Amino acid sequence: MSKLTPVLSAHWDQPDSFTIEAYTRNGGYTASKKALAMDPDAVIQMVKDSGLRGRGGAGFPTGMKWGFIPQGDDKDHYLVVNADESEPGTCKDTPLLMANPHVLIEGCIIACHAIRAKHAFIYIRGEVTHVVRRVNAAIADAYKAGHLGNGIELTLHIGAGAYICGEETALLDSLEGFRGQPRLRPPFPAIAGLYARPTVVNNVESISAVPAIINNGAEWYQSMGTEKSKGATLYSLSGHVNNPGQFEAPLGITLREILELAGGIRNGHKLKFWTPGGSSTPLFTDEHLDTPLDYEGVAAAGSMLGTKALQIFDETTCVVRAVLRWTEFYKHESCGKCTPCREGTWWLVQILRDLENGTGTEADLEKLLDLCDNIMGRSFCALGDGATSPITSSIKYFRDEYIAHVTNGACPFDPVKSTLFAGAVN
Amino acid sequence: MTTTQDSAVAVEMITVVIDGFEVSVPKGTLIIRAAEKLGIQIPRFCDHPLLDPVGACRQCLVDVEINGRAFPKPQASCTIPVEPNMIVKTQLTSPVADKAQKGVMELLLGNHPLDCPVCDKGGECPLQNQAMSNGRADARLDGYKRTFEKPINISSSVLLDRERCVLCARCTRFSAQIASDPFITLNERGALQQVGIYENDPFKSYFSGNTVQICPVGALTGASYRFRARPFDLVSTPSACEHCASGCDMRTDVRRGKTLRRLAGDDPSVNEEWNCDKGRWAFKYVTALDRLTHPLVRNSSGELVQASWPEALAAAAAGLKGKRAAVLTGGRVTTEDAYGYSKFARIALATNDIDYRARVTSDEERDFLAAYVAGSSTTYRDIDTADHVALIAFEPEEESPIVFLRLNKNFKKRGLKVSAVATKGSIAMDKLKADFIKVAPGAEASAVAGLALTAKSVILVGERASESAGLFSAVAALAAKTGAKIAYIPRRAGERGALEAGALGTVLPGGRPVVDAAARVDIAAAWGVDSLPATPGRTSSQIIDALASGDLDAVVVGGVDAHDLPHSHAVLDALKKSFVVSLEIAPSSVTAVADVVLPVAAITEKSGSFLNWEGRARAFDSAVADSHNRSDVRILSMLADALGNPISLGTVTSSAREFNQLGSWDGARVQFAPVAAGTAKSVSGNDALLSSWRRLLDMGTLQKGEDNLAGTRRPTVAVISTKRAESIGVTTGQQVRVSNAHGSITIPVLVEDIHEDAVWIPRNSFASQALVALDAVHGDVVTVVKA
Ligand SMILES: Cc1cc2nc3c(=O)[nH]c(=O)nc-3n(C[C@H](O)[C@H](O)[C@H](O)COP(=O)(O)O)c2cc1C
Ligand code: SF4
Ligand code: SF4
Ligand code: SF4
Ligand code: FES
Repeated sequence: MSKLTPVLSAHWDQPDSFTIEAYTRNGGYTASKKALAMDPDAVIQMVKDSGLRGRGGAGFPTGMKWGFIPQGDDKDHYLVVNADESEPGTCKDTPLLMANPHVLIEGCIIACHAIRAKHAFIYIRGEVTHVVRRVNAAIADAYKAGHLGNGIELTLHIGAGAYICGEETALLDSLEGFRGQPRLRPPFPAIAGLYARPTVVNNVESISAVPAIINNGAEWYQSMGTEKSKGATLYSLSGHVNNPGQFEAPLGITLREILELAGGIRNGHKLKFWTPGGSSTPLFTDEHLDTPLDYEGVAAAGSMLGTKALQIFDETTCVVRAVLRWTEFYKHESCGKCTPCREGTWWLVQILRDLENGTGTEADLEKLLDLCDNIMGRSFCALGDGATSPITSSIKYFRDEYIAHVTNGACPFDPVKSTLFAGAVN
Repeated sequence: MTTTQDSAVAVEMITVVIDGFEVSVPKGTLIIRAAEKLGIQIPRFCDHPLLDPVGACRQCLVDVEINGRAFPKPQASCTIPVEPNMIVKTQLTSPVADKAQKGVMELLLGNHPLDCPVCDKGGECPLQNQAMSNGRADARLDGYKRTFEKPINISSSVLLDRERCVLCARCTRFSAQIASDPFITLNERGALQQVGIYENDPFKSYFSGNTVQICPVGALTGASYRFRARPFDLVSTPSACEHCASGCDMRTDVRRGKTLRRLAGDDPSVNEEWNCDKGRWAFKYVTALDRLTHPLVRNSSGELVQASWPEALAAAAAGLKGKRAAVLTGGRVTTEDAYGYSKFARIALATNDIDYRARVTSDEERDFLAAYVAGSSTTYRDIDTADHVALIAFEPEEESPIVFLRLNKNFKKRGLKVSAVATKGSIAMDKLKADFIKVAPGAEASAVAGLALTAKSVILVGERASESAGLFSAVAALAAKTGAKIAYIPRRAGERGALEAGALGTVLPGGRPVVDAAARVDIAAAWGVDSLPATPGRTSSQIIDALASGDLDAVVVGGVDAHDLPHSHAVLDALKKSFVVSLEIAPSSVTAVADVVLPVAAITEKSGSFLNWEGRARAFDSAVADSHNRSDVRILSMLADALGNPISLGTVTSSAREFNQLGSWDGARVQFAPVAAGTAKSVSGNDALLSSWRRLLDMGTLQKGEDNLAGTRRPTVAVISTKRAESIGVTTGQQVRVSNAHGSITIPVLVEDIHEDAVWIPRNSFASQALVALDAVHGDVVTVVKA
């Protein structure tokens, strides 16, 4: 029995799935019609009842977020869709937008109606030019078909490629034309967001989930998932697996189950460690194969569901090497606003480099952990916190491997073995 | 609990517990400042009480609990306002907060060059100090540090050492929030984040020096102080700024008798903690000018030769004795000196012929000053509470920078409405989003009547109102009609004090009218003389005319440059004909024609006070301890003795004491005789009406020797309208010639928002010294052609 519950991905196999014709043929733009006829508050209530939680990483209840927008305040409201998708390992919004951009557009129409916004923005990372083209074409088609332009405007904004611009307040600054750095909160975006107006920021997947909820009802959505993590979601699976890709399944599925669907770990190898929700979430190992991948289950096991980016590493991978690469990413992406993250990542990289080279010491491990303790929870935004996750979790599970680098005076692994072309070289 | 802080506003008080101690603070107070009230110092870098919080440096982390629920992680105490039932544990009682702070400090020091031995900030550095108080004892970060080229100029006055920068964003926030000059920003990201300027666009802000002062490390340094001293080698004296009537509180730092730097003092009711770059960086004139060191007396062959003090005083007394003599004092002398001149004129010379206004003036202005300004008390606080501020013949950023900052604060914080009656738009008007009521030069008075003010409004009128007939009268009428408060803002620091001291032909000290017999008796009694001259004195231009015509024989001139007066050639001719006693710090156009020159002390060498535009005393001590130079009042007192009519003001202190004892006058003020509204001359073709004012940074004598400062002057331009530019065929940047029968000025043109009949040029800038070159004032007809 397949564990998959394709809703967002239901029609990805149709060659023209991204067109407005295909979307309409598959029942698209009926939910927005329905929603526009409803009282906006009823739409919010329905989303609340569905139990939908934000898919951008934090899992905040979407309906509740919409409910925070002050009503009758005579101010413009905005919907901003976060399509920055930069968390390492995360690859769900991009394929979704490639395969079915109209579901997001329809979701925007419904969300705008619910929060009484007349203008929505999609903030997309600049590197994905092909997606930009596709979404632009879809928006143009939606305007032509009259779905947009009749009271709801939609603008696609292209970012310049900074991880921090996925953080919602940095995103708003960037969207306003400033350099993207997180804003001090309060005020929260719901009160003073884009152009200091009440604003909802939601992930692509969160908004795209809404049309189906309107069409099939809150109860249908609730019927999937677990007690507090309702519905289905896109897991992006990458790394040492036979069939990587996006798997849409109810929340609470386990990695063991997903691996089965994906043809298992690379042949002849076994799972060593993995991320449940991108590199900012503490690593898991093979102990966690049966951990339910919902918000509570992952948290109980000491990590976070995050973006559901399952990056799989088999036993050929040096954990120190992997962690250093991630840390270099955080150092490169730190926006520079706050001391712990800006300065901390600078030193973490140097210490990890020494450790990988075998020139580190055991005391460096303590220094690393202590530095992480001075960064985690001390930074201005979650980027700094996230930067410590791979380090602290890897030391927790693989301290011996770090020490082996020290005693060995070099990395005990052959990096070629972990590559896809490993067989070809041997 | 509720208490009242100000009789009008009830402030809700909130009680919190910090490190076990209760403290009550007004609602909205940040934790970091509530802690200060208890004497608990939480370390910080980005926090600044006058800037919006950013929470960037994370140095101020503390543990916070509200209603029994603790935040899971330490919070930035500079961003969180106190709340009822809040319990705060700082580094003193929370090991978590203490470790967090030490951790942040370690990271700040990690990439810091630690070049304290060659850093200007060493010895007064918040990073050094807090690293000692809240840092780890040992260093663990031993890899490679971030490096940058150091230092780089971000303007001619300010240098940036990016390696030392802790990226607290104080400088950038100051520039954006306080000065509205967002010319520096944070660029790049991560550890390579850095303060930067826009390409080809240096940090040309009139307020840039404040960033040097608030930078918590030695990243921003002033070009003129760099490598000059160590804080512990400096002797600091509280002082007041002599450059304008804003009245900044200052600190002057002297090393071995030489002023090395000046800093903004902290006076919440005046300049808060800011000042302008002129006040901060223009002090070398004291030494750069070719100072007069000895008295000079003109000998029989017409040469000025050195003389001893007794000789010079005797020569001066001989020349003045029994002569019809007057007094001219510039607007730069201290209140104590002005009081000396005022008393000297009445007692030693038995005349009311005294005027402190060494500039373009009018009789209407003199009446207005005596009737509405002497003894008045409009203050900065009135700007804080105003519903609408009207700017009349007053460009705040150029002519009284701290007034601009206060207006800007109120505009930014509460959307204060500002209107300006002017010929030309200005940067300040743009920043304040002022309602621009555009008038042709000369036609201002009629435009003023239409301003919709209320009893809560404030009219800020500048000295340039004397250049437009009927303008002061229109201001008086508008105030009478609406109940709005009037504030007269002169440019020079000493003008208000000179007015209150009676250095004007129609008023005695304290605003007492000369024509009022009771007022004269009052002062005569205090001065121990039988009577005072009863005829109102001449104005400065009347004094010049009388010297020229022979109706006056002699004049005592203190701190006046003939080039500040209209028709300076005529002024110098008149002086040449007369017996002139000049009190000056350096050779000038006046000393060149004087018969006796008496050197006086410059501001840093003497004590005294100014009254700023509010009438608030700004007192200062001498910063240089061992100067031999004496304040004007002491010399006037010796001269009066030599004349046999003592004024008995042997010291600045005695002058101050006597002046203050006189107090103010509660009788009637001088009657104001309104003047009819003027009109603009009509012009056609290439003719235009001149409009001009002085820029903050220009060719002013007190900016001598400050090359770095001069680099941030605004460019010299002639401003004309689009229509005129088209008609004479020029575009911005091309040269135009502004001329009249007297002379011409050729400078680049700037096409901007200005009345079509007008051309604006700076009054005393490089290549554009309007008074000298054109001998023309506001509203005069000049010709503008492509050069
Ligand atoms: C460093 C950082 C990067 C982030 N990047 C993304 C992103 O690329 N896409 C996204 O949807 N949310 C991202 N987030 C989360 C957003 O701040 C925000 O929580 C989310 O867009 C809210 O949408 P949701 O409620 O629909 O999940 C990021 C957060 C942080 C701290
Ligand atoms: S943790 Fe600080 S430096 Fe890092 S991205 Fe967030 S705000 Fe910027
Ligand atoms: S230059 Fe100074 S004030 Fe500006 S950010 Fe750096 S440390 Fe702060
Ligand atoms: S604003 Fe005026 S008083 Fe203040 S520093 Fe500048 S010149 Fe001096
Ligand atoms: S002082 Fe509070 S974060 Fe900088």
